[in-house]
Amino acid sequence: MKYQANKKGYYGDFGGAYIPEMLYPNVEELRTSYLEIMDEPSFKQEFNQLLKDYVGRPSPLYYAKRLSEKHNTKVYLKREDLNHTGAHKVNNTIGQILVAKRLGKNRIIAETGAGQHGVATATVCALMGIQCVVYMGAIDINRQAPNVARMKMLGAEVRPALSGSKTLKDATNEAIRDWINNPVDTHYIIGSAIGPHPYPDMVTRFQSIISEEIKWQLKEKEGRENPDYVVACIGGGSNAAGTYYHFLDDPGVGIIAVEAAGKGVHSGESAATSQLGKEGIIHGCKTLLMQTPDGQITEPYSISAGLDYPGVGPLHSHLYKSGRGEFFSVTDDDAMTAGLELSQLEGIIPAIETSHALAIFNDKKFKPDDIVVISLSGRGDKDLDTYIEYFKL
Amino acid sequence: MNRIKQKLSENNSPAGQAEKLLSIYFTAGYPSLHDTVKVIQDLEQHGVDMIEIGLPFSDPLADGPTIQESSTAALKNGMTTKLLFEQLRDIRKSVNIPLIIMGYFNPIMQYGVEAFCAKCKEIGIDGLIIPDLPVAEYHEQYQETFEKYGLINIFLITPQTSEERIRFIDSVSNGFIYMVSSASTTGAKSTFGNEQQEYFDRIASLHLKNPQVVGFGISNNETFMQATKTAKGAIIGSAFIKYLTHNGIDRIGDFVRGIR
Repeated sequence: MKYQANKKGYYGDFGGAYIPEMLYPNVEELRTSYLEIMDEPSFKQEFNQLLKDYVGRPSPLYYAKRLSEKHNTKVYLKREDLNHTGAHKVNNTIGQILVAKRLGKNRIIAETGAGQHGVATATVCALMGIQCVVYMGAIDINRQAPNVARMKMLGAEVRPALSGSKTLKDATNEAIRDWINNPVDTHYIIGSAIGPHPYPDMVTRFQSIISEEIKWQLKEKEGRENPDYVVACIGGGSNAAGTYYHFLDDPGVGIIAVEAAGKGVHSGESAATSQLGKEGIIHGCKTLLMQTPDGQITEPYSISAGLDYPGVGPLHSHLYKSGRGEFFSVTDDDAMTAGLELSQLEGIIPAIETSHALAIFNDKKFKPDDIVVISLSGRGDKDLDTYIEYFKL
Repeated sequence: MNRIKQKLSENNSPAGQAEKLLSIYFTAGYPSLHDTVKVIQDLEQHGVDMIEIGLPFSDPLADGPTIQESSTAALKNGMTTKLLFEQLRDIRKSVNIPLIIMGYFNPIMQYGVEAFCAKCKEIGIDGLIIPDLPVAEYHEQYQETFEKYGLINIFLITPQTSEERIRFIDSVSNGFIYMVSSASTTGAKSTFGNEQQEYFDRIASLHLKNPQVVGFGISNNETFMQATKTAKGAIIGSAFIKYLTHNGIDRIGDFVRGIR
């Protein structure tokens, strides 16, 4: 298992827990107990039951016939968009709320960018009757009004992050500060495969249900467990981590990561972290991140709020540096076009994050008999306004 | 002898609040880019015992709004690690008290940890406080480098830190222990209650080898006196930044006199 986090939470050179002492007791409590909790039969039973009856898993593995014909290869879509709340995010929030309950926590905090993770967190908090505070950049609150309303309707308090650039990275800072100020009763549900150890590993394990299902579903459909390629979009990288997980040690399966190039990798308005980032520390882990030469974290840009993050999870930095993963970056324009293409070929409107993964066919040519599994990480309802404005619908 | 150790060993009599150590934090390059040196000189002139020079960072996780805003402003003013070192180049010609750089780890990593330490030694910096460099990482990866350049690294403890861990931190420390007064970011609390007093007493009863200096929540004479009843000294940060924001840098003596 070359691509697992080691005991200290490192994937190769990346990971660890670079946290202020004020966070140490909380993170240490989690680090020493998460694997044990996740291994308890009662935990597994409750987690699997909720994934089945509440989230609606397993999510279908759908052979996209017309998309396959168009690109002259065999494309399967892993339909995370059909999960309750409309994306893969809920796999992780269900897992973490059950961990939080077992740790005796009665208050949940979370950060959110576009609001998807915030909604998924508010949802499980409503389900469990636990108080929920979601930090969201003041600018994002204005851009994502429907998700703010959903969180409020679910009973969560949405607190604007007013510091810095007032977007996702600042919301994450505020959530961390909240945790520092509330060290005993609160659990912080991080939404991506980022943060101090054990978060990247814990989130990856909760999301690994995606590749676990792909294996048996593909066996049923194609008579083999392994595709030739798995493809996912990467912001922090939680859906990608889950999509790759069970294939990482199998060199026959190509790992493809698609980042957001925004208006072009070198346009100054991009979120292609592997291309633009340098090794550093962000939100408690050592990873690739976009920063000035002086080590100040810079503000990324993507049309997709979910990919608009200046760092990338440490697993992905390791996949990039080790060469295990093949990294591509896709512009706003190419992503939007791919989103429209999927809508009209398959009748599925994808989230704009996912549209980036779907644009892989511009950059990578697959053989006709290759089996390519793309993580359809979320549905496009939340992005209708952006699509409407972009295509003048 | 390192100036921090020198200073800590100077006032060993437990009696008399006047002998307690007053340390002030400020953000380099704030309020104006080139205020750094004058602020340091004035603080020493008015009797401050030790200074923490804040190296501003875009994402200061452990800090409350006051220090965050001053960091953002300093970065906007044009502060960088290189410029700070330039500003401090001749600081030892005019300033004798211990100087500590307090900053987050990423800018230091980007400068190069060894190059950073070497530069600190060259200038006459005595110690570093890096809130997001955990003690284990320091111990395993960086301690040798810091020590090679005579730098004392200061660690934090909080009311939630276990006794076992406090003892480990005490064993790795070689100057003082930065005692965070309550579970909070900087500048969050303005008074101390029984809870803090119990925590101060509990730490005092551990008889650690390193003296303790209390920080976070010290804003006036009252909190300074309370924090230093058992501890060796106290650090003021947010309250001083607020003072600079409202009064500029010309009346620093008034602030210091208000504390003790």
